[in-house]
Amino acid sequence: MIAQNIGFWIIAIVMIGAALRVVTTNNVVHAALWLVVVLAGAAAQYILLAAEFVAVTQVLVYIGAVMVLFLFGTMLTRARIGAESDLNNSYKKLGIPVGLVMLVAMGLALTDSFGDEKLPESAKVVSTQEISDQIFGPYLLPFWALSFVLLAAVVGAIVLARKD
Amino acid sequence: MFVNQFLFLGAILFCIGVYGVVARKNAVLMLMSIEIILNSVNINLLTFALRNSSTDGHVFALYIIAVAAAEVGVGLGLVLLVYRNKKTISIDDLSEMRG
Repeated sequence: MIAQNIGFWIIAIVMIGAALRVVTTNNVVHAALWLVVVLAGAAAQYILLAAEFVAVTQVLVYIGAVMVLFLFGTMLTRARIGAESDLNNSYKKLGIPVGLVMLVAMGLALTDSFGDEKLPESAKVVSTQEISDQIFGPYLLPFWALSFVLLAAVVGAIVLARKD
Repeated sequence: MFVNQFLFLGAILFCIGVYGVVARKNAVLMLMSIEIILNSVNINLLTFALRNSSTDGHVFALYIIAVAAAEVGVGLGLVLLVYRNKKTISIDDLSEMRG
């Protein structure tokens, strides 16, 4: 438990720092690379939460596929690589109070509801079989809907992006 | 480990993502901030799945990952189209639909 706690805090601090860099850096490619750190940290947190299948899916889908999409999007929409000055809105200072107010509201609600409740000590890792029993049992209809969403997204992305 | 330490991590990441959506005008960077928000939601779902020792949260997290992948694909397709037509992806310059 002690080792898991130390791991949690190290990963959490790295994730928060990397997320702050994603939203503040002046270089789009650097933002994409910092986003990789955030996503990898999230995968590590999933393993701490005994969700190994979701963690593996996170690595495959996000770090493997989505990041490649982001880097391609950056490459295809920008003429030059390097720092840019016009990435932020003129009213970006407004975002700081918005984020802080939301954080304070959520923090108060969380301390109110959960206080110092602990997670179960000896959590058993959720196996892939249990998740697939759920997906192909009670959650079958959303699964079908999701496959249609993915099909529509693939066809739509091709139609949108191809040159006529 | 406390329940709250994971929930607070999710809350902090969510607020950082919201700040990114508000502050950025580059469309690709806005999509990245949305990815941070979706990941914070996933951390919350898996925390509650562990707390209630159920597997429903895992299924929801997987579905969110799939929908996020679809969203990024279509979103970047739209960004490419906008760039091809206007030679910019700054959100502030897309004001044709202003009344």
